[in-house]
Amino acid sequence: MSMPFYVAPEQWMKDKADFARKGIARGRALAALVYADGILICAENSSSTLRKINEIYDRIAFAGAGKYNEYDRLRIAGVRHADLKGYSFSREDVDAQSLANAYAQMLGDVFTHEVKPMEVDILVAEIGTEPDADRLFHILYDGTVIDEDRYTVLGGEADAVAGRLKSTYQPGISLDEALRVAVAALAGPDRQLDPAELEVAVLARGNGRRAFRRLTRDAVTEALRGGEAAPEPPREAPEPAGTTTAPDDGDDGTTGA
Amino acid sequence: MTLPTFRADDDPGPSFVDVLRRTGAGPQWGDLPREMQPHEITHGTTVVAIRCANGVVMGGDRRATAGNFIRHRTMEKVLPADRHSGVAIAGAAGPAVEMVKLFQLQLEHYEKVEGAELSLEGKANQLAQMVRGHLPAAMQGFAVVPLFAGYDTRRGVGRLFEYDVTGGRYEESDFAATGSGGMYAGTVIKIGFRPDMPCDAAVDLAIEALFQAADEDSATGGPDPVRGIYPVIATITEAGFERLDDEDVADRFRALVDRLSATGTTTTGPAPSTKRGRKR
Repeated sequence: MSMPFYVAPEQWMKDKADFARKGIARGRALAALVYADGILICAENSSSTLRKINEIYDRIAFAGAGKYNEYDRLRIAGVRHADLKGYSFSREDVDAQSLANAYAQMLGDVFTHEVKPMEVDILVAEIGTEPDADRLFHILYDGTVIDEDRYTVLGGEADAVAGRLKSTYQPGISLDEALRVAVAALAGPDRQLDPAELEVAVLARGNGRRAFRRLTRDAVTEALRGGEAAPEPPREAPEPAGTTTAPDDGDDGTTGA
Repeated sequence: MTLPTFRADDDPGPSFVDVLRRTGAGPQWGDLPREMQPHEITHGTTVVAIRCANGVVMGGDRRATAGNFIRHRTMEKVLPADRHSGVAIAGAAGPAVEMVKLFQLQLEHYEKVEGAELSLEGKANQLAQMVRGHLPAAMQGFAVVPLFAGYDTRRGVGRLFEYDVTGGRYEESDFAATGSGGMYAGTVIKIGFRPDMPCDAAVDLAIEALFQAADEDSATGGPDPVRGIYPVIATITEAGFERLDDEDVADRFRALVDRLSATGTTTTGPAPSTKRGRKR
């Protein structure tokens, strides 16, 4: 009869975190930016059916990078949570913060109690009636919640993308400009992203009750073409520490800014 | 509130009603007392739907009654179900409003979960199931009889559906009217209806039908210029569900009243049987 090996809790958690991070890093990146009239979410995604950005409620969108089935399970749970809450109370009582907390609880529970942690990095975005009330909640695989200020990046190479965004993003930019900045940051200096490889959606204040809209490929092409006169200078800025608080070792955070 | 998650073999899928059932948060109509008298329950009355050249027109009066009392003067009985469909309600007001709320949520929930809208046929069937589920309460006097109409984006036509309390679903090709004044409204529409009539003309026809229904049925509210309350009229076309401005509806009612008083076609006969069919 063999004795089971003792594994220190620190090591056990670290292994799980490494495993989750590796899974997330395989997914392509996604950026969300607050612009003048709302929030833009732009993802590198060549599939037009398997979405990475979705509507949760009137003013709330959901996006994620990582394993698709886990992302989709979280998405549907979020839609149910929001619709149940809106049904029991009122539509205006549904907010991103309570949804983000519910996600954090679920991801945290899975990370601690299950053998396999979820390999997803998710974003809950909400637009307020005023630009100041826009919210970006970035939730990590272990349930860590980060309240991001103006922009956030999820998925593989998030730090590099966030570094590029830091040098090009300006508060109060227009939608077209925000899209060009996001696409340039996702692409990096060495390649060009075609509109067919992008999934773009906005939460816009002018859209009525349901603020979520997908941008069609034509609209994306149009917006990107408008910026060709002044291309973004490709700059590789060193990534600042930011607000990332990875739980066990902070050297390999999956987020930036 | 924790996230509602289900085992794969117990997943409610895209149905919000099933989510409610599994979480126990749904409405409990089965417990209503049997002794409730009609005057204790608020009822809504006349609603109509007319098919027109590029869609459907829906209309409904604003009055809710409890027995012979006017319970509420500004009830909205014509409501958007989603972007391209609307639902109009007649019957016990409480359950009817609840049913519409649930129906709207059900359609939106399906669209969000599945990433695609239900077909118009699917929406009509969904509402039939809800009416059917309400049958026990209907047998206790809380009947809800909706009309459902919409623009079928896949076929490019307006379509409309009538229901009975058992959940029977009947697609009508031209028009539908239900509620206590529905018989009168239906007669007016039947006389004035022309196939492929312009939606503008169908709006006027709906207004005339509601006016005549209110003229004969005490539970149906007519135009109320004193308070500025007018029936709700909505068009559903490719552009979606659009509720007409109260100003626009008021103008159309004024035009109708002017026309009726000028031609002397309003009857004052004591019984509906003396009502004459007018040539148009």
